[in-house]
Amino acid sequence: MLNDAEVTLIAREVKSRSGAVLTKDMAGAIAIRLQPLARREGFSSVPELIGAARNRADGALWSAIADNLAQSDTRFFRDRSQFERLRTQLAPEALKRRAHERVRIWSAGCATGQEAYSIAMIIDEMRNQGMNPAVEIVATDLSERLLDKARAGLYTQFEIQRGLPIRKLISYFEKASDLWRISDRLRAGVRFQQHNLMKHPGELGQFDIIMLAHVLPSFDHETRVDVLRRVSDALTPNGVLMLGAGETLPEGCDTLKLESGVVRKLSPLANVAAA
Amino acid sequence: MRRCLVVDDSRVIRKVARRILEDMRFEIEEAADGLEALQACRRRMPEAILLDWTMPVMSGIDFLKQLRQEPGGDKPTVVFCTTENDVERISEALKAGADEYMMKPFDGDILHSKFAEAGLI
Repeated sequence: MLNDAEVTLIAREVKSRSGAVLTKDMAGAIAIRLQPLARREGFSSVPELIGAARNRADGALWSAIADNLAQSDTRFFRDRSQFERLRTQLAPEALKRRAHERVRIWSAGCATGQEAYSIAMIIDEMRNQGMNPAVEIVATDLSERLLDKARAGLYTQFEIQRGLPIRKLISYFEKASDLWRISDRLRAGVRFQQHNLMKHPGELGQFDIIMLAHVLPSFDHETRVDVLRRVSDALTPNGVLMLGAGETLPEGCDTLKLESGVVRKLSPLANVAAA
Repeated sequence: MRRCLVVDDSRVIRKVARRILEDMRFEIEEAADGLEALQACRRRMPEAILLDWTMPVMSGIDFLKQLRQEPGGDKPTVVFCTTENDVERISEALKAGADEYMMKPFDGDILHSKFAEAGLI
């Protein structure tokens, strides 16, 4: 079991790396999540792992700890209403605006890839309906461990039954022993890349649609505002940012407005008017 | 209250499904095989059917094919709930008229998700 001092230390180191907020009442869950890492690294207990992390100058163990505590709870088509909006309104609008140019979509904080692949399925269905959408999907997460699983596109029976309609399962997956593998076509349509939301996303370029769903709740207020400011910098002028269903903008996001679950940048003129 | 017919030869599965579905505000009727289920449907068509595949007397797939021929048999939303997990079996079930399909083992989260996909909640 971890004592208060150890949890405080872990919380400080994790926040400085991933921005995630950990509290003392999460001590039990933190210890359970870190046990496999402690074993892999050759330590007999989680406190021993923490002690070693404290004594290592390069911070590699702390990075591994932050990685193992990264949020991974996701599912296919989480928030069906948001995906329906993407299919019926936001993606067609972006394609119309772009005309013959490629539409870029970013799944930010993609964890094990279900959100990004859900987007890819929607785009593929548009192709099946006779459209020819030119879309690039970029999916990022801080955790290389989660990205490896996302890239592999292999999911358990439990995972494919949460949110994925059965017709999409048989259209886009094949059985691989006890697991289900997403089709090569969909896998090739998503570029998974490591990115820390604590850093500016300039290297990723500009996006027409950004999904940042169920990511903000793991941050404190100040970090949420900072993350939103950085992420919205990557929006094209008419781009849209999609939060999870029921999520709202924190106070202090003066350059953004939220309408029906979709965030848009206020035009500079609107800011002047508001001032 | 909407009615769901739970069709499974396992009393344990029927009990687990009943508990979850009652929490989802369904009124539950049970059947232990396809023939019992067909008789129940002839008495009164339910809005939803949770259906096992392998059962004695009449299998789930045979029941479904017959149900869809019955007067009003096109109405119930049918969700398979079975250990059969091959793509061919799933396709066969959809072709026979199933609306959704879930694979055992399941939990409340999956059952809830599948009923949502089928438009039942």
